[in-house]
Amino acid sequence: MPFVLPVVYAVVIVAVLPLLAGYIVLMERKVMADMQARLGPMRVGPHGLLQPIADAVKLLLKEDIIPDKADRLMFWFAPLVSVTMALLAYSALAIGPAFQIADLNIGLLFILAVSSLGIYGIVLGGWASNSHYSLLGALRSAAQLVSYETAAGLALISVLLLAGSLSMKDIVQAQSDQGVWFGFSVPFGFFIYLVGSIAETNRAPFDLPEAESELVAGYMTEYSGFRWSLYFLAEYANMVIVAGIATTLFLGGWLRPGARYHEQIPGTSIEWLDALPALLTLGVALYCISLVRKQPVKIQKIVMALVAGLCVVVAVVLAGALVAPPAVMQGIHGAFWFMAKVFAYIYAFLWIRFTFPRYRFDQLMRLGWRFLIPLALVNVIGVGVAIVLRQQWAWGPIVSLIPTTLATLGVAMLLAKDDAPVSEAQTTDGE
Amino acid sequence: MDSVNTTVLGADEIILNMGPQHPSTHGVLRVKLKLDGERVAGSECIIGYLHRGVEKIAEHRSYQQFAPYVDRMDYVAAVSNGLGYCEAVEKLLGTEAPPRARVVRTILTELQRIASHLLWLGTHALDIGALTPVFYCFREREEILKIFEKYCGARLTTHAFRIGGLQYETYDGFEEDTKRFCNDFSKKIDEYETLLTENRIWVGRTKGVGILNAADAIALGVTGPVLRASGVKWDLRKAQPYAAYDQYEFDIPTRETGDTYDRYVVRMEEMRQSRRICLQAVENIPTGPIMARIGKVLKPPPGEVYHSIEAPKGELGYYIVSDGTTQPYRVRVRPPSFINLQAFDKMAKGSLIADVVAIIGTIDIVLGEVDR
Repeated sequence: MPFVLPVVYAVVIVAVLPLLAGYIVLMERKVMADMQARLGPMRVGPHGLLQPIADAVKLLLKEDIIPDKADRLMFWFAPLVSVTMALLAYSALAIGPAFQIADLNIGLLFILAVSSLGIYGIVLGGWASNSHYSLLGALRSAAQLVSYETAAGLALISVLLLAGSLSMKDIVQAQSDQGVWFGFSVPFGFFIYLVGSIAETNRAPFDLPEAESELVAGYMTEYSGFRWSLYFLAEYANMVIVAGIATTLFLGGWLRPGARYHEQIPGTSIEWLDALPALLTLGVALYCISLVRKQPVKIQKIVMALVAGLCVVVAVVLAGALVAPPAVMQGIHGAFWFMAKVFAYIYAFLWIRFTFPRYRFDQLMRLGWRFLIPLALVNVIGVGVAIVLRQQWAWGPIVSLIPTTLATLGVAMLLAKDDAPVSEAQTTDGE
Repeated sequence: MDSVNTTVLGADEIILNMGPQHPSTHGVLRVKLKLDGERVAGSECIIGYLHRGVEKIAEHRSYQQFAPYVDRMDYVAAVSNGLGYCEAVEKLLGTEAPPRARVVRTILTELQRIASHLLWLGTHALDIGALTPVFYCFREREEILKIFEKYCGARLTTHAFRIGGLQYETYDGFEEDTKRFCNDFSKKIDEYETLLTENRIWVGRTKGVGILNAADAIALGVTGPVLRASGVKWDLRKAQPYAAYDQYEFDIPTRETGDTYDRYVVRMEEMRQSRRICLQAVENIPTGPIMARIGKVLKPPPGEVYHSIEAPKGELGYYIVSDGTTQPYRVRVRPPSFINLQAFDKMAKGSLIADVVAIIGTIDIVLGEVDR
């Protein structure tokens, strides 16, 4: 029965991911509201906790409009491509040591290949809409993806050199063996991947394909209702994918922070840090309970109490894992740490989005081709040199990377100086 | 304006219709763009979607009755509009508002300038993709609107002034409210500047975009911050002082290049200067009557008058012809937004689509005023 578990996982992902995407949207709106001195959604459920469900119902019930002159087949087909590819990429993502649909030996390549196929959905959708705004958005998206996927791919290569494997599990294992997350050993690789992944998922400040103040909604302009929500789902699913890749490759995957710190709770064999997840969730649960009484309406009180109950259940599961067999314990806690890191990464996305203005198209291209790609190349060479140092002269894994990272820093400063911030709008006619 | 030829297109050219329903045309401006890829090969502004015949209405209303209508032109700077109209009619009548009224008018008008610039800053930043400043700007604008509300009961279309002076005495605590706002506001401007002024992306998006040199600006009749950013030191508050501006010290910020960044810097500095004027004025409001003796029925002698003020967006002028009756024979408004919009085609040519929204934002137009 080797197929049962993967099939169960797949069903869980397809069922849970839309909900997760909805709650990432809620998180985004709440974070945005917090940064902008306002409250955000507060009406549907306590603190807007049911807002994603209300939105999903609204989107499902909306009228389905296909523009008169659109290419109907392509118009129908394009969002499906986007969302299918986004979901397919999850099959190789390892959420904790136990939770993975397929441990491919080319896992990373598979994820990259599949998720970059999603661009076809955007380009086809923009073309099929038969609208100028959509077409411009689609063209921008294609050019942007090609440019930034190169840089992000090169950034990943630096990690692959260190890990020596493409399998997601082996990459995490390598970080565990070497005792350091690759985000610390190749900070430039992490930085380039961060920028590249924002651009790949079309998030601000690189959200040019859907720049609302310029192109209304870019490639999605003519879409509405459920088709639109498929694009939306694909975008947020892609965010989770890139966050998952970054977590696996740079942030130690499911490894616990402070893996070498083994201080135990007195009288037990449980480590303090292992108890942290359960305590954190319990704290959230207590906070929710304290909010129950403040809810204005009875139904809101009930929902808030349910949320608190859910947190208690999670806390109990996390605490129960401490006394379970090591494999179970690692599976559950690994998933917790993995998700925590994914959400931290997504939080960084949101933070960046609400802080920076949007790049212009030519500036975006210049940043990609003149700064990120050369820097990524230098970074790869630097890591290569470090590995040679390690193998030939037996330098330590950290020590060997220090000089090369410093050299990369120098190159970055040189490139940044060259890439003058002053716009060349009036002089780029030849491009 | 260059008309965009829609029948003869190059092989790579398309026509893109931006507006009147578009998120960043600030109302109902319609821009027809001829695009070569993403580059603007030609543009044409099409206006009139918000035309309400304000000038014609004036011919059928008494002088006082028309005063609330001017608030609806530049509805984000209603106080300034009212000031210009009231002073124009006062000039026609050959009278002047009493000193106390003039100082209060100055304070409210400068607060309105700050409010108008705040709205510009927020929406302009939003157009360029910075989502957050708009909320900070509205937070401070709210404080100003609260002062207006306490003073005259209205927030947006205030009708704060009357011909001959003021209808209402200032409320208790007016001075304190204004002072508190001004003192807090200094830090708030710094806060906006932290987010934008040296931000690499912001500088990249605004420097060198939509350049308008001084000669072109003068030839096109552009006024206000747009003109000053091009390096022309022209401000009616200094050039031909009205209200109580001759009593206060303030600087006229200018810049050289005349690009979008310069216009941003000029407006930011203008907010600081407005704050300075408010602080000076509120220290020493003269006592005395707030209304000149002009009677209930206004019958200006036959004749004509042109009076202009420095509204937040530029020179706001009223040309009024009287035929000796209680209703004006003709009122013609010189709205700054309308004239400044003429510069759009010149600024936009050769730029990218993304710059078009930056340029629309930087001109700071209000369509209610453009179309009237």
